[in-house]
Amino acid sequence: MHIIVCLKQVPDTNDVRIDPETNTLIREGVASIMNPFDENALEAALAIKDAQGATVTAISMGPPQAGDMLREAIARGADNVYLVSDRAFAGSDTLATSYALAKAIRTLPAADLVLFGKQAIDGDTAQVGPGVAELLGLPIITYVRKVTVQDQQLEVERAFEDGFERMSVPLPAVLTVLKETNVPRMASLRGRMKAKKVEVPVLKAADIEAESHHVGLTGSPTQVIRIFTPPKKQGGVTLDGSHGQEAAQQAVALLRERKVI
Amino acid sequence: MAVTEIDYGLNEMQLEIREMVRNFAQERVLPVRAELDEKEEFPTEILRELGRMDLMGLYIPEAYGGSMTDSMLDFIVAIEELSKVCCGVSVSYAANALGADPILLGGSEEQKKKFLPPLASGEKWGAFALTEPNAGSDAGGIQTTAVKRGDHYVLNGTKQWITNGGEADIYTVLAVTDRKRGARGISCFIVEKGTPGFSFGKKENKLGIRASATRELIFEDCAVPAENLLGREGMGFLLAMKTFDVSRPGIAAQGVGLAQGALDAAVIYAKQRIQFGRPVIANQGLQWMLADMATKVETARALLYGVCRTLDAGAKDMSKFSAMCKLYATDVAMQVTTDAVQVFGGYGFMREYPVEKMMRDAKILQIYEGTNQIQREVIGLSLVKEYASRM
Ligand SMILES: Cc1cc2nc3c(=O)[nH]c(=O)nc-3n(C[C@H](O)[C@H](O)[C@H](O)COP(=O)(O)OP(=O)(O)OC[C@H]3O[C@@H](n4cnc5c(N)ncnc54)[C@H](O)[C@@H]3O)c2cc1C
Ligand SMILES: Cc1cc2nc3c(=O)[nH]c(=O)nc-3n(C[C@H](O)[C@H](O)[C@H](O)COP(=O)(O)OP(=O)(O)OC[C@H]3O[C@@H](n4cnc5c(N)ncnc54)[C@H](O)[C@@H]3O)c2cc1C
Repeated sequence: MHIIVCLKQVPDTNDVRIDPETNTLIREGVASIMNPFDENALEAALAIKDAQGATVTAISMGPPQAGDMLREAIARGADNVYLVSDRAFAGSDTLATSYALAKAIRTLPAADLVLFGKQAIDGDTAQVGPGVAELLGLPIITYVRKVTVQDQQLEVERAFEDGFERMSVPLPAVLTVLKETNVPRMASLRGRMKAKKVEVPVLKAADIEAESHHVGLTGSPTQVIRIFTPPKKQGGVTLDGSHGQEAAQQAVALLRERKVI
Repeated sequence: MAVTEIDYGLNEMQLEIREMVRNFAQERVLPVRAELDEKEEFPTEILRELGRMDLMGLYIPEAYGGSMTDSMLDFIVAIEELSKVCCGVSVSYAANALGADPILLGGSEEQKKKFLPPLASGEKWGAFALTEPNAGSDAGGIQTTAVKRGDHYVLNGTKQWITNGGEADIYTVLAVTDRKRGARGISCFIVEKGTPGFSFGKKENKLGIRASATRELIFEDCAVPAENLLGREGMGFLLAMKTFDVSRPGIAAQGVGLAQGALDAAVIYAKQRIQFGRPVIANQGLQWMLADMATKVETARALLYGVCRTLDAGAKDMSKFSAMCKLYATDVAMQVTTDAVQVFGGYGFMREYPVEKMMRDAKILQIYEGTNQIQREVIGLSLVKEYASRM
């Protein structure tokens, strides 16, 4: 079984600041991490690998520094990684990103399962998973909170605000996964030492036969008119402080859930 | 930028281990430490995950499934990082090595091949059983007996306060095989959980390190295969002493880590707490306390790492220095955690803040693996011997 996981490198904060002059993200001084939902996607793949054996390939489209994140994927147990990176991809919107990722996936050995995070914590559109599935012509189930695989058949739970659907889908298929799917493992010492030595292979536009009019700025029909920080939300959650410890635990849980800490 | 840490020449692997365990302690131990302490809950999941991360075998050479390179600092930095966050967790982790050390030091090739790999992978856990109700500091006075019957030894007696008791799978147990010979009549056996006649008694309710399991071991006509004898009959006491030479730095690492954790908490708090219109750290009286705390932590670490390097170089009789680093680092831990509570004032006395737990945890470090009086005795005796040749 071959599982491909798409990982995006994102700034390590929920507090993404935008330069009002240039309308772009301020990335300076902000460390990069693996998109938190993508950690769950990777964990889901590794859990299937542990349970029944699978080859796990992690890919990311991004600048060269995204290679560090792919090494982390190796450290956790991914078998192969590829960085999809080319100047031609600069300025890609969600459509162009989906195109490039779909092209990259087509270049690799056929996948039985392609996994995505629910959404990226910076771009936040949740479009890339469905976009890739469409381009690959594969069925997709979004908002997955539980995954099990049994003989080429996939059992998943798709979450709603007030419940869930249990679904079964034949492979190959695409999923986008939620936080509650699992607790991502931490890399082992041997994994980390191995990952240090890995040279991350780079797939350029030509390697994946990406056509230039589908990628980068030219391949991106989205026009950004203005990017701005929305006004601060009012109200919010009030925690009862009469039981200090309980309230603190709730607060910590809430902050965790929102990836603030 | 001012230098924030002394360069002790840790190698690439040790730096990697340090970062890994530091992150692990923050992500997996910190959120649960208060609850584990309060409920006296054994950190089962935490140890399992440390196993999956190849961190249970840091003191075991690769030939036996471990991931130790060539230095005990691999393991020491891991203990130190865990202890910064919780000594209840770190002792449960480190006691595996205490249980395995007699096998590493005195085991045959077959015994090492059989018992070390599962300990290294974390699939099994270890414990070391010397202390009895009537034999603590006077370890030579143990009463548990082992009598040879055919191809077995039959053990009878009770061990007390055994760390990881009940949780561990592999126990190294000291028992008397020849009463007449005193300490030279003590032997060391590997006893596996589940052996008929081996059961667990009372679990202690403790002042500190409450996440750890401290329990009684009961042997009633427990037949242990003769091939589980470590070394020869009568070598047990010496093996226990050699074990302490390599395990006491682990306790020192607990002391250094714990003290560092308390210092970190104290400095951060002193910068935030406002009294008389300014942070309390602005008072010289408090700054000097913190300065002394920081200096003690660093001297303890320097001594510990120095001792480890000397042990790495293959030094044979290191009793004096092992005792010294255990003594010093654990006394420092007691002083620094007590001072940390002082820096926090009344808040430090409250369970909502971490320093009262640190102070409770510190006390045991001065007691187990030989009380600090016994460490001084070891150092004193070494001095007497050493200087005899100079007179
Ligand atoms: C209107 C608009 C304009 C943009 N303009 C630019 C621009 O000019 N320059 C620029 O650099 N970026 C630009 N971007 C950002 C870029 O298009 C997105 O970062 C990218 O398409 C992913 O979208 P997202 O962050 O919303 O991810 P989502 O769709 O929320 O991500 C869902 C999942 O898809 C996967 N995924 C997403 N991105 C990647 C990736 N790169 N590699 C691997 N897996 C991935 C992950 O599994 C992720 O969890 C723009 C985005 C938008 C919405
Ligand atoms: C939480 C915990 C975990 C433990 N884990 C283990 C374990 O895993 N395995 C194990 O075998 N044991 C374990 N022990 C036992 C521990 O090692 C002993 O408690 C310790 O060696 C001291 O023995 P004791 O408590 O009987 O004190 P005692 O020997 O009764 O000492 C009482 C006092 O007399 C002092 N004293 C004794 N002799 C001298 C002397 N010659 N000179 C000066 N002062 C002296 C001591 O320093 C102490 O202050 C554990 C104990 C505790 C509390």
